[in-house]
Amino acid sequence: MTTPEARLVCRNVWKLFGADAAAFLAQHNGRPEAAAIARAGLVGAVRRVDLDVHEGEIFVIMGLSGSGKSTLVRLMSRLIEPSGGDVLFKGENLLKLSQSRMIEIRRHQMGMVFQHFALLPHLTVLDNVAFPLDIQGMNRPAREARAREMIDLVGLNGKESAFPRQLSGGQQQRVGIARSLAVEPEIWFLDEPFSALDPLIRREMQDEFMRLQTKLHKTIVFITHDFDEAIRLADRIAIMKDGEIVQAGTPEEIVLTPATSYVAEFTKNVARAKVIRTRSLMVPADSGSVEGPVVSARSTIADAAPLFLDGVAHLGVTDDAGELIGRLDRETVVALMLQG
Amino acid sequence: MAMSGAPLLKSDAAPAPPPSFRLPIAWVAAGAVFVLFWLYAKPVWPAAFEYPKTHVVKLAKWISAAMKWLIDEASFGLFSFTDFTRFVSAVLDVPYTLAASLLSTGFLEGSGSSAIQIVPPLPCVAVIGLVMLLGHWLGGISLALLAGGCFLFLAVFGQWTSAMITLASILVAAPLGVVFGLLFGIAAWRWRWVERVIAPVLDLMQTIPVFAYLVPVLFLFGFGPTAAVIATLIFATPPMTRIAILALRAVPSEIIDLGNMVGCTDRQMTWRVMVPAARESLMVGMNQVIMLSLNMVIIASMIGAGGLGFDVLAALRRLDFGAGLEAGFAIVALAIAMDRLSQAAAEKLSAPAAGNQTSGLVARHPHLAAALGLVLITVVLGYAVPAIHTYPEALQLSTGTFWSEVVAWININYFDALEAIKNTMLLNVLIPFKRFLGDLPWLGVTAFLGFAGYRLGGWRLALLTVCLPLFIAVTGQWEKAMITVYLCGISAAIAALIGVPIGILSATRDRIWSGVQVAIDTLQTLPSFVYLMPAVMLFRVGDFTAMIAVVAFAVAPAIRYTALGIRKVDPRLIEAGRAMGCTEWQILTRIRLKLALPEILLGLNQTIMFALSMLVITALVGTRDLGQEVYIALTKADTGRGLVAGLSIAAIAIVADRLISAGASHTRRRLGLE
Repeated sequence: MTTPEARLVCRNVWKLFGADAAAFLAQHNGRPEAAAIARAGLVGAVRRVDLDVHEGEIFVIMGLSGSGKSTLVRLMSRLIEPSGGDVLFKGENLLKLSQSRMIEIRRHQMGMVFQHFALLPHLTVLDNVAFPLDIQGMNRPAREARAREMIDLVGLNGKESAFPRQLSGGQQQRVGIARSLAVEPEIWFLDEPFSALDPLIRREMQDEFMRLQTKLHKTIVFITHDFDEAIRLADRIAIMKDGEIVQAGTPEEIVLTPATSYVAEFTKNVARAKVIRTRSLMVPADSGSVEGPVVSARSTIADAAPLFLDGVAHLGVTDDAGELIGRLDRETVVALMLQG
Repeated sequence: MAMSGAPLLKSDAAPAPPPSFRLPIAWVAAGAVFVLFWLYAKPVWPAAFEYPKTHVVKLAKWISAAMKWLIDEASFGLFSFTDFTRFVSAVLDVPYTLAASLLSTGFLEGSGSSAIQIVPPLPCVAVIGLVMLLGHWLGGISLALLAGGCFLFLAVFGQWTSAMITLASILVAAPLGVVFGLLFGIAAWRWRWVERVIAPVLDLMQTIPVFAYLVPVLFLFGFGPTAAVIATLIFATPPMTRIAILALRAVPSEIIDLGNMVGCTDRQMTWRVMVPAARESLMVGMNQVIMLSLNMVIIASMIGAGGLGFDVLAALRRLDFGAGLEAGFAIVALAIAMDRLSQAAAEKLSAPAAGNQTSGLVARHPHLAAALGLVLITVVLGYAVPAIHTYPEALQLSTGTFWSEVVAWININYFDALEAIKNTMLLNVLIPFKRFLGDLPWLGVTAFLGFAGYRLGGWRLALLTVCLPLFIAVTGQWEKAMITVYLCGISAAIAALIGVPIGILSATRDRIWSGVQVAIDTLQTLPSFVYLMPAVMLFRVGDFTAMIAVVAFAVAPAIRYTALGIRKVDPRLIEAGRAMGCTEWQILTRIRLKLALPEILLGLNQTIMFALSMLVITALVGTRDLGQEVYIALTKADTGRGLVAGLSIAAIAIVADRLISAGASHTRRRLGLE
């Protein structure tokens, strides 16, 4: 397996609120202890964050309110100036860029979706979606054509001339998504995009989001406070507490081996079968050695389980290319499902 | 006793424990010290009672001299300062003349009495029609009828020409006020240092009486409508600036993030994101500017605005109540029409409707097309049928004589009763209070204010509440300032005594409240001069008349804040009170009033501010306070005297405002509301 290319890299990123935070950080060689921060009267909103976001993955940052997740995503796009550390986007250190280069990058390579939608109340849906293009100076026919494509993509045809306040919450967020995609960003930030929506709508929007991602294969940083949402959507998750990342890994790793009791609090009620993939439970096998139905190595156990209803004793497990790589036994699955 | 109040206070206040705990004891002690000082220190230290004349700082003279230098000698090299200001008024004169010609005077050839009208002004039918079309576009048929009715009223009562001149100056001043206010607001939002510079200026401008800067405006910009427009701008821009700053601040941070994420430049951020997102609140500012401009109409006529303001002022000067009242009514009609139209405009423009898809120029803009048609037809017809052009004099009504007769009748029949009321009040309340205040030692008062400032808001507030009274004393205004405090204090107290009970009564009864709300909204649309007239008619000139006018003007905020405060009390607390078995009376006194106290205090604050701003206007009816000082300075064109007196009034206002606000937030903290 080749290591995917890192798109966005955070190295020892800090955000301290208070007077002379940068100088304080330099004094402590860029790694002050929590006690020292408190003594200096500063607030450590984001502390020593190291992470890589890979090309084409959904990287979820999960944390409760006040954990610094919203600050972190704003540090990544430099909406908030970090107190220390490096943020590398495609190898370029964002913190060293000039104002105009930063504007250039945001205009063409970044998109962001906001928790409360942040739609401009005086513009129609069409104009809202076309707004980033308008700011770039694209002419009207071109930007409107592009905006219509995006509106089509999120399923809002017919609403082009409506104003935001005439739409439901779910529809407003679809506009927000369409707008953030209009510039064809290379990295897509979503800051709690579904938190302000009703549970049913939220579910629907998550499905919609996954549908879009299978089509677009964007590199995504997704912020949420909802652990279920995180494991549902994530390729990898970073869990934040008090400004620090306490654990980062695939949903499976986190559920199976929580690093701290704090993480375990989240994972204990998660149905294992919905997280664990067949690859983790299979017994390696040579091609042709297993007969009967097959499942993808990416499927979760919960997805694979119904296939055992026909009474088969084991399933074949295939990789992305369709090659048989392992065997999944009925007993293993039953044992896992019985654990809850 | 040679120790003044200040060092005494220091020893008293220095070891102060947390303020809330020992509060009453400290206040009683300070009060006692103050009373002892007042009663016994006079023979020992007269200077503490009457500020020594030899030490008066002649600030007024210096300002006048500086002004003279500015006018006569200041220069930017190529051109002098006066050239510059005259240039500004010449530039402003262009739009004003255009508006005035269009609405009132017509386009003239030549000047003065030899001027010949080349093109007549818009026919009055056309103007009324245009206003109705505007009303219909903005708010439907009812607004059209209201606005049209108000303008028809102007024509029927023979106020048309004056009213149109007034309208012209507002049409020039209001948009400029909005634009300047917005620009200042944006600058303050964008650069912190601008805000730091602007904030104290805004505070000062809000409290300094308009009269005070009429004289410098007069000197710099000459006598005439454009100078009046500039004075109006100076008056109306600060509130717009304040509203703009607040509106921009209130834009959600996510919207700002959005602007940055899509890569807005600073300019795009301001004009494409912030200003449109803040549009709703900015529109409220527009309405405010229009109403403030109208409020300035009469005052501005003192430096040549002409129009309705001049009519009122002239009538007031020759005590022709009927004529004055009629012109006053005309201002009210204009105010109501402008207020409702601008409110509807604010609503319409901030809540955009779905786009109109029909094609064709006329179909897309029916109101614009109708307006153009109307103007063309009436102008052409106006040449043939004069009645369309000018409302025929034969059909004009005048209620002037009627009002004069009513007043005469009241005065003949009820003279004794009115006189008795007035004298009782004067002898038993006004004069004793005035004597009492006049008798107080300035040094003691200043020290006590400093103490109050320290207890309520710490050292910074104490510094302010000591320095501002000192300024008044040092510039030799103490005596007049005390008369101002007396008039303002008594009027504010009476306004509160009337307003707070009305607020309490109406707050919990929805139907009464909606009625009261309409009443106080209307009261606040009226220009302050209007309040003066009935008072003068019934009680002639003097302190009592001034007090009545001030009370009438200042009662609205007392009612509004009390009612809003009580209505804002959390309904769950009321429910909890009921569940515990409180009677209605207990709910009112133990829950509602207690929790509404901070709001009521703020209402009192507003009442005092309103009273102070009205006080200067009542100088016209012969009070002898700082307002009169400003007014005299105006008639004598004495810049320094007017500004110093004006600044003193501002000082009183700022001290009262800061102390009460500090008290209100103190109370809020104590009640756990903050």
